[in-house]
Formats: sequence, C-alpha cells, structure tokens
Amino acid sequence: MELINLTMIWALIIGFGIMMYILMDGFDLGVGILYPFAPDEHARDVMMNSVAPVWDGNETWLVLGGAGLLAAFPAVYSILLPALYLGVFLMLAGLIFRGIAFEFRFKSTRNRHWWNVAFSGGSYVATFCQGVVVGAYIQGFATEGHIYVGGAFDWLTPFTVITGLALVAGYALLGATWTILKSEGEVQAWAYRITPKLLIAVLVGFGIISLYTPFVDEYVRERWFNHIGMFWVFPVLALCCAAFIWRAVSKRLEGQPFVATLGLFLFTYLGLIFSKWPYLVPPDITIWDAASDPGAQLFLLIGVLFVIPIVLGYTAWSYWVFRGKVQDGGYH
Amino acid sequence: MELDPVILSRIQFGFVVSFHAVFPVFTIGLASYVALLHGLFYKTGNAAWERLAAFWVKVFAVVFAMGVVSGIVMAFQFGTNWSNFSYATSNFIGPMLSYEVVTAFFLEAGFLGVLLFGRGKVPEGVHLFAALMVSLGTFISSFWILSSNSWMQTPAGVDFIDGHFFVNDWSAAIFNASFPYRFTHMAIASFLTGGFVVAGVSAWYLLIGRDVEANKRALSMCMWLLLVLAPAQAVVGDMHGINTLEHQPTKVAAMEGNWETQSGAPLLLFAWPDKEAQMNHFEIAIPKLASLILTHDPDGVVPGLKEVEPDMQPPVWFVFWSFRVMVAMGLVMIAVAFIGLFLRRDGKLYRSRPFLQTLRLMSIAPFFAVLAGWFVTEAGRSPWLVYEMMTQQEAVTPSLTGWMVLATLIGYFLVYLVVFVTGSYYLTRVIRGGMQPELPHDDVETAMRPLSAAHESLDDDASRTVRS
Repeated sequence: MELINLTMIWALIIGFGIMMYILMDGFDLGVGILYPFAPDEHARDVMMNSVAPVWDGNETWLVLGGAGLLAAFPAVYSILLPALYLGVFLMLAGLIFRGIAFEFRFKSTRNRHWWNVAFSGGSYVATFCQGVVVGAYIQGFATEGHIYVGGAFDWLTPFTVITGLALVAGYALLGATWTILKSEGEVQAWAYRITPKLLIAVLVGFGIISLYTPFVDEYVRERWFNHIGMFWVFPVLALCCAAFIWRAVSKRLEGQPFVATLGLFLFTYLGLIFSKWPYLVPPDITIWDAASDPGAQLFLLIGVLFVIPIVLGYTAWSYWVFRGKVQDGGYH
Repeated sequence: MELDPVILSRIQFGFVVSFHAVFPVFTIGLASYVALLHGLFYKTGNAAWERLAAFWVKVFAVVFAMGVVSGIVMAFQFGTNWSNFSYATSNFIGPMLSYEVVTAFFLEAGFLGVLLFGRGKVPEGVHLFAALMVSLGTFISSFWILSSNSWMQTPAGVDFIDGHFFVNDWSAAIFNASFPYRFTHMAIASFLTGGFVVAGVSAWYLLIGRDVEANKRALSMCMWLLLVLAPAQAVVGDMHGINTLEHQPTKVAAMEGNWETQSGAPLLLFAWPDKEAQMNHFEIAIPKLASLILTHDPDGVVPGLKEVEPDMQPPVWFVFWSFRVMVAMGLVMIAVAFIGLFLRRDGKLYRSRPFLQTLRLMSIAPFFAVLAGWFVTEAGRSPWLVYEMMTQQEAVTPSLTGWMVLATLIGYFLVYLVVFVTGSYYLTRVIRGGMQPELPHDDVETAMRPLSAAHESLDDDASRTVRS
C-alpha cells in the first residue's frame, strides 16, 4: 500500500464528479420532466428561468466525467460505452435538443410550443437513458478482458426499464423541490401539491429496485446479507431523508425539501457504490484492473487539482448570484 | 447487403468531426479578431472599434455555443465506436482530451462571461484582458486536440506493450514530429477563416450601405491580414507537406496520385486514380513539378503508392481530390487578397460591387478548404489509425454491428441537421440585425451563457428582445 494511492484519488475524483452531475443536472432535467404537467405557460417560464443560469454549468460535469474516465479508468470507458451504445446516443440526442431549447425558447414566440416539446422530450429521454445506465451497471456487463462481448440490447431488460422510470421519478422530485425553493404563489403551491405524489413514486421505485437487485446480482446479495450491520445504514438514512421531505412539505418549508431530496439521492448513490465496491465494471473488473498507467494518472492529476477548486468556486458563485426567488421576467 | 462497422464508423466519425470542426476553426480566428478590436478601442478610444467588437462578439457567442453542443458528442465517439483504440491509447489520449476539457472549463469559468456580458460593467482594460484570455484559451484548447491528432499521425514518446501504449516521454509524445507544422497550418487556417467571414460580412454591409464607416475599417483590416496570411499559408502548407513526405510517404503519394517511385515526378493537374487497377486514367500533368515542390530538386525521387500493398494504401481517389480542392481554395484566396490590394488604389476596394459580391461568396471558401485539408490528412493515414502501429480494423469496437452504426449515423445526422439549421438561421438574423449596440441591460435573467449574449428574436418579424 503506497502512501498516496493515485488510483484511489482518481476513484474519489470521478465518484465526486458523477455525484455532482447527478445532483445538479438532476434538478434541471427534473424541471423538464415536470413541464407537461405545469399549470400554465407562466409556470413554465418561471421554471425555466430558475435553471437557465446554471444548467450548462451542471452539464459540464458530464463531459469532465467522460474525459476523466478515459484518462483514469479506460476500461470503464471502453466497456461501458460500447455496451450502452444506443442508450448513449439517445442520451446525447436528448441533451442536445434540450440545450438548444434552453437557448431558443425565449427567443421564440410563434414556435414556442415546439421548443417546449424539445425541452421536455429531451429531458425525458436523457433521464430515462441515465436510469437505464444505472440499471445496466447493477446487472453487470459481459466482458472478456477489456472488451465488451454482449449484444446491442443487453442494457434493455425489465430491470433497467424500472431503473429508468425510477430515475425519471427521482429527477422529477428534485425538480419539484427545486421549484418550491425558487418560486412563489401559484407555481409554488402546485409544486407543493405534486411533491408528495412524486415522493411516493420514488419510494415505490427505489423499493422495487432494492427488492429486485439481489435477484439480478449475486455479488450484491452476498454483500447485503452478510454485512447486515454496515450496509443497512444507507437505506435507513435515505428513508430518513424521505420522511424529512414529507414533513418539510406539510410544514410548507421552502428550502428543506430540496436539501433533503439531495440527501436522498446522495445516500442512494453511496449505497449503490458500496454495494459494488471495489468493482468498477461488474462483475469482473475492479478499480485496480480498470486503472490507467500511474504516469498518466499523475500527469492529469496536476491539472485537475488546479481546476476543480476553480470550477467549484465558479459554480458556488453562480448559484450565489442567482439566489432567491424567480420573479416575472427573471431574477431581481 | 452486409454493413461493415469499420467503414460506417469511419463515415460517422468523419461526419461528426467535420460538423464539429468548422465551429472551433471559426471561433479561434474570431476570438483573436475580437481581442484585436478591443485592443484598438482601448488604445485609440475610437467608438467604431467598440461597435465592431460588440457586433462580432455576438456572432462569436452563437458559433461558440454550436461548437460546444456538437463537441459533447465528440467526447463519446472514441469510446462508442473505437473502444479498442480508446483503451490502447488511453494513457496518452485520455489525459490530452481531459486537458482540453479542463482548459475549456477554465476559460468558461473565468473569462467568457466577462467578455460576453462585461460591456459597460467592467473597466475597458479588464474587458480587453478577458478578450485576450478567451482567444488564448481557444488556442490552448486546440493545442491539446492537434497534439493528439499529430501523435496519431507521427507517434512518439511511447512504448507499445501487448497492444497497449505507455508514455515514456511526455514532451516527445506531445511535441511529436508533425505537431508544429499541423498546429501552425491550422492556426493560419483559423485566421483565414475568421478573416474571410469578417470580410464577407463587411462587404455585405457596404453593399447595402449600412454602418459604412466601421465596416470600411473592418474590411481594410481583413484585406491586409489576408494579403499576408493567404500566401504564408501556402508556404507553411508546403513545409507541412515535406514533413509528411518524411514521415508518411504513402499519404503524399496518394495526394500526388503517384503510383511508382520515380525521380522527376510530374504534378498532376487532373487525373482519375483507380485503386483497383493501381493506375490513373486521364492524366494531365506538368513534368517534374511534384519532385521540385516536394524535394526542391526537379529530379528528386518521390516514393510511390506501390511501395505498400494495395490493402495498405489509403483511398487514393478521395485523398487526391480532397487535396486538389484544398489547394484550389488556397489559390483562389491568394488571388482575391491580391486583387484587393490592387483595388486599394483610389479606394475602389469599398466601391467595386463585383469585388464585394465576390467577398460575400468567399465567406464559405475557407470552410471548404479546412474540411478538405482534414479529409486529406485523416483519410491519407488510412488504413492506420495510429500510424504503422494500429489499424482501423484493430481499433474499432469489437461488439459493434453495422446496423448499430447506421442507426446512430442517421440519428446524429438528424440531430445535427436541427442544430445546424436553427443555429445558421439564427446567425443570419444576428448578422442582419446589424450593429446597433445594445444597451447594457440590467436584467440578469440569463446566465453568462454564450447564446444569451445575442438578443435577436428567433422567429419574430421585428428584431427585438422577447424578454423585457
């Protein structure tokens, strides 16, 4: 065991990057998911305005995560992307349509409804695909060495469809609690109304997945039922967060529902990682197998350690600048 | 019909990278131009420079946004379609691509917002500094990408062990043999692109008589720049070609349509290369000129395509004709630059309608030249992906089937069609919207995001801000 283990550092960096992406892009994708159910066009304006200043900063974590994976854990990159080939395409297409809708919806009057469709449809497709990725990850991948040997549709199973739908519900919950935080009046009242329904949907979804997972994955079954004391801490914490959301909504608190939803996601994410640890590409490849050459890891680490604090600072600053409620026509 | 995943993946990569490449090429040149305008305004205090800067920064914003959107796809292409290549080269390509992202992040985090939204909010010196940093950032970003590409053409600084590259010398790998030539060639190409687009738009303004004073200045500046750079690009291109002859003789043989190794090789003005027959049809040639250009000696020996087996030769016809398109565009650019110099006498430059119309048309020429140049260098490397180390066949994703690639190829085509049509349409609206400097608006409802810098409506008849 070295004093400073590069692979562990990179596992932390990439893990952190993916978590940042899920928590942050999650709520702006969620806003898109809620779009068809919004009470009126004014509510849609408010919702879009609430995420407009920050969404592309949120998405940059995805690109950084992708490039970082290639550099630090190339086996993950070269197995997961071919395995999820069609899903990756759909996700990118969804994100692109969403991105242009963000820019052009406000610049458009006659065709605004088309941009609504692009924004919402892109959000649904991208979220569902990300949920499918999570499900496929739990299932594991057919590999020989560092090559994916499965078929084009291995990622599409009843289980992954459930994880996809569960993530749609989960991001919608993030979007709804974010809307509570950022809006007032009727829009906020609507967000308060839908949050409990979404929470129930999320709990049902996560519950089905938790019951289902031991059946699709022996390794997890082994892990869960042999280390009982340790691994039940994450679902318990996640349930505490859910109870807290419920309470905060019934008390009409504004900030806590969103924070508690972030907590719900965080503990679910950590629970998933620890269920699989140290496997990075289940069922065969550990983080040590997937790692690139230490020289390459070190070469990139220098730049990343320099830039990540700047990106975090910039992110914090943008959220600070755009704090508070969205008014008609934007922030004031 | 049997669908070949390698050929389809090559087409897909060619398509997405070509679509993406035109935006950075344009923004690199434009970023430097905007920085120059800010510098001139800072130095002279002349408001015309500021008007030009404010206008071109809007165009920059739209093109930059399209570059970012199309670039996201690139980050995943290597893994989806070329997973063996990604895995084998990850120790080098991984950090290089990550550094490109990191550079872009840093740029976006620090300076892009100030450049796009800082007018009237920050001191002019700070604004100028931001403009300089953005243009520097675009160069640093392209540095990483072009170094990676050059390494694939002329690999260096690595050990190849069990189908896996290990970097043993970072500086040798980054500053590989073809990198300085390719980088210079591409940097000048970016300036030429920016120059011809700005000249074309300025010419259009002069034709319709809007903002005449500012656009005269812009046009004059561009024409001086092109007069220097268009011939310089020919010289740099020649040096790049000689460097390629040294390291990738088969590529040059394909460019020249030269099958036999011979001394006093002719320059072919026209030919129909036929790989099946290993010969050309319908040759029209200038004797000895190819040898003179490539070896600087009319009787110099130039290696031919037949040095390697037919299945190790690149697609000759495609490389041969792409090269001719690039050179033809380059010659037309040089001619236009010199005609512009000639027309400067008694100020005809700003009045000659045929010339201004020609300039409008020439806005698209550099894009064709850039794409043709990339076709030459990339197709000319074929069948190698990493030259003489890894073939395309070895590099492609093993689990890929032809119909999967075809499905995503059609998909990307449709997605990009929407992006491109919308973006181009909007860009023309921004350009037609003119150079009315917008009042610094206090509503910060938009993020410091590229497209928010332009406020033209997308589909209104009157060009006005939708959001008050």
